[in-house]
Amino acid sequence: MSKRILIVDDEPNIVISLEFLMKKEGFEVAVATDGEEALAQVAGFNPDLVLLDVMMPKKSGFEVCEALRADPSRAGLQIVMLTAKGRDTEVAKGLAIGADAYVTKPFSTKELLARVKEMLGIA
Amino acid sequence: MKAKVRFLLAIVVLGLLMTGPFVVTSILVWAGMEESERNMLLELLMSRLPIGTMMTIFGFGIGVAVLHKLFKQYVEGLLGMAEQLRLMLGANRNFRVKLNGPPEVQQLAQAANDLAAQRDMLMDDVDARIAQANASVEEEKNRLAALMSELAQAVVVCNLDGRILLYNNRARLQFKALSQGPTTVAGGALIGLGRSIFSILEKNQVEHSQEIIRQRLANGKSAMANFVTTTRGGQLLRVQMVPVLSGTPGEGEPQMTGYVLTVDNITRTLEEEARRDHALHALTEGSRAALGSIRAAVANLIDYPEMDPELRERFVKVVDDEASRMSQRLDETMHEFSDSMKTRWPLEDVLAMDVISAAQRRIEDKLKLPTKIEDVDGTLWIKADSFSLVFALVFVAERLQDHYQIRDLRFRTSSEGKLAYLDIIWVGQAISSETFYTWEMETMHALGETSSLSLRDVVDRHGGEIWYQREKAAHRAFFRFVLPLATPEAEVADERRSTGRPEYYDFDLFKFEDKSIDLDRKLSELTYTVFDTETTGLEPSNGDEIIQIGAARIVNNRLLKQEIFNQIVDPERPLKPESIPIHGITEDMVRGQPNIDIVLPGFHAFCEETVLIAHNAAFDMRFLQLKEERTGLRFTQPVLDTLLLSAVVHPNQESHRLDAVLERLGIDIDTRHNALDDAVATGEVFLKLLPLLEEKGIVTVRQALEASEKTYFARIKY
Repeated sequence: MSKRILIVDDEPNIVISLEFLMKKEGFEVAVATDGEEALAQVAGFNPDLVLLDVMMPKKSGFEVCEALRADPSRAGLQIVMLTAKGRDTEVAKGLAIGADAYVTKPFSTKELLARVKEMLGIA
Repeated sequence: MKAKVRFLLAIVVLGLLMTGPFVVTSILVWAGMEESERNMLLELLMSRLPIGTMMTIFGFGIGVAVLHKLFKQYVEGLLGMAEQLRLMLGANRNFRVKLNGPPEVQQLAQAANDLAAQRDMLMDDVDARIAQANASVEEEKNRLAALMSELAQAVVVCNLDGRILLYNNRARLQFKALSQGPTTVAGGALIGLGRSIFSILEKNQVEHSQEIIRQRLANGKSAMANFVTTTRGGQLLRVQMVPVLSGTPGEGEPQMTGYVLTVDNITRTLEEEARRDHALHALTEGSRAALGSIRAAVANLIDYPEMDPELRERFVKVVDDEASRMSQRLDETMHEFSDSMKTRWPLEDVLAMDVISAAQRRIEDKLKLPTKIEDVDGTLWIKADSFSLVFALVFVAERLQDHYQIRDLRFRTSSEGKLAYLDIIWVGQAISSETFYTWEMETMHALGETSSLSLRDVVDRHGGEIWYQREKAAHRAFFRFVLPLATPEAEVADERRSTGRPEYYDFDLFKFEDKSIDLDRKLSELTYTVFDTETTGLEPSNGDEIIQIGAARIVNNRLLKQEIFNQIVDPERPLKPESIPIHGITEDMVRGQPNIDIVLPGFHAFCEETVLIAHNAAFDMRFLQLKEERTGLRFTQPVLDTLLLSAVVHPNQESHRLDAVLERLGIDIDTRHNALDDAVATGEVFLKLLPLLEEKGIVTVRQALEASEKTYFARIKY
């Protein structure tokens, strides 16, 4: 069974690339464009990994991450934060509140893909 | 016993000495004789008695004369000398004993005179040393005051109570700019000798810094403390505190007796930093997302070349979109922050004329090259590092002289928008652009000195430009330096500055101890506000209003003409035509001025913690009191009235009008009947009255108030 990935970002221009890439690599993909939608999608779509943007309307990526980590039934969910905030303090915050990886934009799609595969145990 | 009595006694003794032995001998001889012998003796004596008596009288006369002479010369002469010596000792130092009388007396007088001369020399020497010491102390004080007043930083010196002992002009201007509300009204009321620094700076913070300094002192560290504070107006101040220590070094623990505060207003700097940060942020973080989208799209285009054309089209569009958005953002940021992105090299505001004059001097003196000025705007301010700029001008001049044998140089300035142009013009041969390029890039050499900078560096440092241009018609060419224009800080017109050295310091305040106004303190020790008002008329209860308040401060027996309050007030009612010639304030002058609701709080703050003084104070106070309800401000401090004090000192004089009092006390005032001038005049009167009051035993405020109350005039009520 193919792994499921949820892409959460309010910028369509990055979503289109990520969606294309992940589908090409054989993942099942869903998209949310804000924090609230993201939480709804996690419940409905039940992904294995979330690519989560930090700066979003309604709920920020940090809030979404905290909400997801507060639910023990989803302990196995992998969270990769994607963000345009590159400061050390923000990286530290992201990891501290429970993200499994923190990737700063712009990033190499190859590396991101490798990282995602590694996290999902697909070598 | 008086000398005269002793003289008479001496004469009697002489008489007895001359007749006594003979008389006694005669009696004894007479007693032992027979009758016949007595008769024979009588007969013998009687015939010779007249000559004997005469001889005796003659001898006695000579004796008296000698005695008298001796008495005159020795006794009376010495008495006279004693008087002269007393005179020398007291009333007249320069008096000398007259040399007459016998040699012994003269020698004594000479010795006394010599002693006096020696004493005078010593006294003169002591006086001279005292004068010298005083002069050097005064000179040091003046030097310090002058130094302080020239400093570009705001400096305030306070005693431990937070009272201001000294401040410089910069501090005055800075705090004047800070005082909130209508600044013209506050008139720099925040800062003043003897005022509390805590009206400007947070008391807790100042005390905290004091504590830090004490601890550092106790630990033998260098004592200094810094803090940043916010004023009520929202300005940010960075304050550095350094202690003033008492006592001579090495003698025990130094005690802190006060502190020096250096104050920087960093609001603008911080704002600029914030803007710079913002710009940087906008450029970095803001670009990340766009770049992320581009990179991902490009990677997909490369990695999956076989994708269908429609999808490819969409990825290309993503790249195109994001790239143009980024370019736009870059443009916007550069536009918005161009000012704060400029070089951080500290530039000062200077007159372009000053820079040119400095360059001219060096070019004419050292290069022997004549220079001229052509259309230089004497009021053009530029932002410049004048040292490197002058060096650059001289460098260009020397190059031109060496390579093109020019005979003279001209300078010209002009300006356009935010830019100033400084042209250096010569007649003759044009230079090639290669040459100019070399000059621009090489390290500058001029007058045998080498700079570490190139012409280009200097220009960059100014965020400016330089180019070469020809005026073909005139066969001339010029280099144009483009420099940023400066808008120099508005110099606050200081109309009283010309009247001697500004009174920005008063070290006697070191001894000042903070107490709220104590009525039993000496009059000469208190801080006063002398004030006067001009009004629309004489009947406050009938709707007459204040149209001007003028005030000055008296601190430590000095009238401070720099620390003034002077404000015209809009009475919000028409002026009475008949009163205009008296106060000279016209309708035009009051319109647009703040009304009393705005001015009174400023004045209230100005006279906080001082005793009020006015001439005929009851009148002015009545006007202030009528506003109490409306403004909620009460003037509760003691009030002294120079009219009443004058009546206390001169009870038998008919008039105590200000003019009459001024004349009586010999005070010369140029202009009158302007609230500020009258306030100053009142201040002068008060200072002159102080010693006269003291003669009457009136030393404290309480005594002055009581004496005032007793005078007849106190019964007049408005």
